Amino acid sequence: MKTQKMIAQREAYGAGLVELGKANPNVAVLDADVSSSTRTLYFAQEFPERFFNFGIAEQNMMGAAAGMAKCGLIPFVNTFSFLATYRAADQLRTSIVYPKANVKIAATYGGLSDSFDGPTHQSVADLAMVRALPDLTVVVPADAVEAAKALPVLAEFNGPVWLRLSRNPSPVIYSDDFEFTLGKATVLKEGTDLTLISCGTVLGRVLEAADVLVQEGLNPRVISISTLKPLDREAVLSAARETGAIVTVEEHSIIGGLGAAVSEVVSDEYPCPVKRVGIPDTFADTGPYEELLDKFGLSVGNIVKAAREALALKKGSC
Amino acid sequence: MGRIDEQRTKELEQIANELRIAVVKSVYNAGSGHLGGSLSAADIMTALYFDKMRIDPAQPDWDGRDRFVLSKGHAGPILYATLARRGYFPMEELSTLRKLGSRLSGHPACFKTPGVDMTSGSLGHGLSAGLGMRLAGRVRGKAFRVFVLLGDGELQEGQVWEAAMAAAHFKVDNLVAIVDYNRVQLDGTVDEIMEVAPLADKWRSFGWQVLTMDGHDMGDILVTLDEAIAQSQGGPVVVIADTVKGKGVSFMEGKSAWHGRCPTEDEYRQALAELGEQGGAGA
Repeated sequence: MKTQKMIAQREAYGAGLVELGKANPNVAVLDADVSSSTRTLYFAQEFPERFFNFGIAEQNMMGAAAGMAKCGLIPFVNTFSFLATYRAADQLRTSIVYPKANVKIAATYGGLSDSFDGPTHQSVADLAMVRALPDLTVVVPADAVEAAKALPVLAEFNGPVWLRLSRNPSPVIYSDDFEFTLGKATVLKEGTDLTLISCGTVLGRVLEAADVLVQEGLNPRVISISTLKPLDREAVLSAARETGAIVTVEEHSIIGGLGAAVSEVVSDEYPCPVKRVGIPDTFADTGPYEELLDKFGLSVGNIVKAAREALALKKGSC
Repeated sequence: MGRIDEQRTKELEQIANELRIAVVKSVYNAGSGHLGGSLSAADIMTALYFDKMRIDPAQPDWDGRDRFVLSKGHAGPILYATLARRGYFPMEELSTLRKLGSRLSGHPACFKTPGVDMTSGSLGHGLSAGLGMRLAGRVRGKAFRVFVLLGDGELQEGQVWEAAMAAAHFKVDNLVAIVDYNRVQLDGTVDEIMEVAPLADKWRSFGWQVLTMDGHDMGDILVTLDEAIAQSQGGPVVVIADTVKGKGVSFMEGKSAWHGRCPTEDEYRQALAELGEQGGAGA
């Protein structure tokens, strides 16, 4: 399943939008002066009458998208995650999520992926914010294939969706026959000793960590949760019941994202050790992407270490 | 501009007065709510919903209908009274304003109340929504009109000017914004809190056509809205409506204290008496 091929999600997304535009005349695309970064420029070239560049004014763009949705369009709003999530937080909440406007927010440059632009442009706490908005669907694809496959499903789904995309090339995990199902976790490897739960493009690193554990004679389960909300509770609870220890891994603060979502379900229904791997409670830094991931909590070694700690806790609790 | 039928004008003035009475009753009954900005907008709302807008209360979701966005969402009581009087839901339902389980939320919610086209409450959002509605109309080949009612204090929100800039840039047609220029906001008068004047110059410099009217002179409102609708074929139009906060109840007029206060029983009786409602407090 794993390959060395690397593709950026934003590329797959940009191409996927053009296909959506061909399939559905009501799909419109909005951008805020970053269409060359978000790759919505492909859609703009193909469908100029359905592409709207709002300039550097994200709040207005979000509000206008809500109006479009209320009059029959399916708007895809595009900007960097920190802008879609924080700059326009009230517009997201009041004009889109509360009225259930059928707007799809593509929050690109998620996590540390805008690495060289530094903490102002990185988004390490976006998932915490959007996950707490009532009834908002939150999707974080694991690779370019899943990003592309998710698009028509999200367009078909009636309701607001917040989609996190990564700027940089990341490992292609899935093959072309992969099918995206909203709300369903994907099991990449069955296992019985513990479960590694991954969210987003760190899945390549999680699979590497799983290989290390296998070499140590362990049998880890690996699942990927791309629909962070609504969470696939059954997949999480099966992991808790059948493997007895969980490690969550996400390119996000350890506060409020996947680790929190999994811990909430487990503590409510089937308590077991959960170790959260992610960015510590800090802003990151400027630098090469892979090096930033290593430095801020997401090295393969750190995932392996967390797995060993989770196993130790599991034994201690027996 | 065209002549306005006197009889029709009188009918509309009568309806506006009924709406003011309904607003005072519903807010008193609720125990809280925003009277000042509801009363200042009563005549404008009457002209829109009873004369200008192409709507069908029997089909609130009709795709081709004109849309209205109450950007100053705290004036929900006047929107609810207007919709009820226009036939979207029973007048009796106005007594459920702000009650638990009611369809009439503290601020308008489009999925709760028949006839409410857009949720509002957080100020500064409505013009963006109206702009998006018209862009959707353009993409889908539909010529419905969109009316957006803004407060004057609300113009202090930066998003309003983002939307103003974009509406002119995209050359949207059939978009008419109306500013309820009552010169009073929660903490005091607009000029002492954060001056928004000169309004006409501001909108004009953002690329809008600007009209002005007396927001309490029904004849003037009808003529000016006709002109606004005609001019909006060529780009966005704003109508600056000169109004009085709390209009119709003497002791509320021009007072910031009545932005969000509920009347006492005595005040309530006096307000209804001034509006010519017989029977006093039988809300």
